[in-house]
Amino acid sequence: MCPEPRLIEVRKNVLKQNDVVARALRDRFRAAGVFVVSLVSSPGSGKTAFLEKTLTQLRPNYRVAALVGDLATENDALRLARSQAPVKQITTGTLCHLEAAMVQSALEEWDLNQLDFLFIENVGNLVCPSSYDLGEDVRLVLISVTEGEDKPLKYPTIFNSADVAIVTKVDLAAAVEFSWETAYNNIQAVRPGMPVFRLSAKTGEGIGEYFGFLAARLRESRQLAAV
Amino acid sequence: MHELSIAISIVELAQEEAEQRGVQLEAVHLKLGALSGVVKEALLSCYQMACENTPLEGSRLVIEDVPVVIFCPSCQAQRSPSSVQLFCCSECHTPASEVVHGKELEVVALEIKECAPNLV
Repeated sequence: MCPEPRLIEVRKNVLKQNDVVARALRDRFRAAGVFVVSLVSSPGSGKTAFLEKTLTQLRPNYRVAALVGDLATENDALRLARSQAPVKQITTGTLCHLEAAMVQSALEEWDLNQLDFLFIENVGNLVCPSSYDLGEDVRLVLISVTEGEDKPLKYPTIFNSADVAIVTKVDLAAAVEFSWETAYNNIQAVRPGMPVFRLSAKTGEGIGEYFGFLAARLRESRQLAAV
Repeated sequence: MHELSIAISIVELAQEEAEQRGVQLEAVHLKLGALSGVVKEALLSCYQMACENTPLEGSRLVIEDVPVVIFCPSCQAQRSPSSVQLFCCSECHTPASEVVHGKELEVVALEIKECAPNLV
């Protein structure tokens, strides 16, 4: 009889495989000098409109491309193709999030040296994507004014895993009586110090500050790479 | 609902370790952080599914919850936050975003089925 169960210590990260691929991607992105931004949000928060605006407006000055994740359909890729930037759809089937390996295989034929910015739009989901590193430099979490100010409090984990918050559809703020102050305070409560941008992809309001932020981060990362 | 793919990863990882050591497993011990993005109850039921038709069928998943610990810049020490909705030091209320613990999703130990031979 065993008085005590026999235990052997292991200490292995369950998502190690994903992390290994993500690290390899990050090295590849850095070597190519491409700045990678991922987007997470709930379905319908305006990720695709936001991304379309981003691609269209950055394109005259930067070389941009995007990967978009969805369970099914190529609709987003077709919509984003209007920006004339290279866009590839990743359909995940029933999977609720993107994993690093999916990004890796989607990028197989792309020459990353030809890019300044790569955007990766995750599946619309505020839960599952938080656990998976995709090798991105910056993770943006989007909330639209129509979702209410308490989204950060309801989904603290994803806000905690993100670097920047974007409040979208501000052109509708008055109609839905959205309180910017409450939303901002909620974001700061779950992630103190998080930069927050408020903008409208439709009217273009506030988009300049966000572009300024992206340009500054691209410069910083290239300076770091040059050292 | 990504707990099933997480459960499959746990089973694969544990099975690989067990095969390397030539042992059979009674249980897998896991550390699960409050900020891991994984729901304990869902993971437990997915684990049983993931074990089906594998050598781990019938084994248990033992989960140790890891609470969030932050580093407070004022106290210069590790503290617990007021809550997961309020990342402030619970002692001095300074906002603190540096997470020290709480993101764990880690297999820490394997519990072996057979009794160990007495090596003394």
